[in-house]
Amino acid sequence: MIGMAASILIIVKGRVAGISGILGSMMQLKNTPVDHFMWRALFVSGILLSSVVYGLFFPLPESIINSSYITLVGAGLLVGFGTRMGSGCTSGHAVCGIARLSLRSLVATLIFMGSGFLTAYLLFHVL
Amino acid sequence: MFYKHVRVQNIFTFIAGLTFGIGLIVSGMSNPDNVIRFLDLSGNWNPSLAFVMAGAIPISFLGFLWATKKNATLFGDPIHLPGKAHINPRLIAGGILFGAGWAISGFCPGPAIVAVGAGYSKALIFTVAMLVGMLVHDHLLPTLDRKLFVKQ
Repeated sequence: MIGMAASILIIVKGRVAGISGILGSMMQLKNTPVDHFMWRALFVSGILLSSVVYGLFFPLPESIINSSYITLVGAGLLVGFGTRMGSGCTSGHAVCGIARLSLRSLVATLIFMGSGFLTAYLLFHVL
Repeated sequence: MFYKHVRVQNIFTFIAGLTFGIGLIVSGMSNPDNVIRFLDLSGNWNPSLAFVMAGAIPISFLGFLWATKKNATLFGDPIHLPGKAHINPRLIAGGILFGAGWAISGFCPGPAIVAVGAGYSKALIFTVAMLVGMLVHDHLLPTLDRKLFVKQ
């Protein structure tokens, strides 16, 4: 379904389904044509409402969030800053980028997955 | 005619977002506990998310193949694609920071929005911090580029 969604967006709207890029661009309101904001807002609204729509038909699986508030703030800052600096996240680089056979996205994916594996190891087995 | 085409595009863009979010729910990505168990290789490893990516990539591949062959959307509008080749220190440094935040919280941007929609206040806190992180980066970018990444 993730692949289908990415395909719909590129075929219908000609855009890459990269969530960090979409969110980052939405916040740059200066000199932005309405259409550039519109499609992003529609796509993000779809994601926001997905839990509600899914919940109408099936029991919604629980999201287990064990981290404390302060940890989440720190992690959120890292994810926001890092995805903008690296020009993409899991959707833009790992799914769409690799699907486009982009070497840059493959490298980015290997880096953030590697960093994720290493951080998890340090966090849960060393500290 | 023009008005109609924009409306169809808008509807499908919304449906794409909805499909994307439901895909994250079905695949277990919207549960940070799953993601952390995927990233923690030496714990009680949960490999399922590797299959999620392995499944999503070939299907997106077909979509991108169609769009790039035609070099236009279904409606004949231009498609917008970022460059493929440019590998720079910024890409690497960003990936390291993102990967760390991802493993700490179990959230990346898409699933965080899904969990906000499901009403989790912790997901909202994460998402607000993430948006602040994005704004801080975009605000500092010119300085960062000058000091760190562009060597004269």
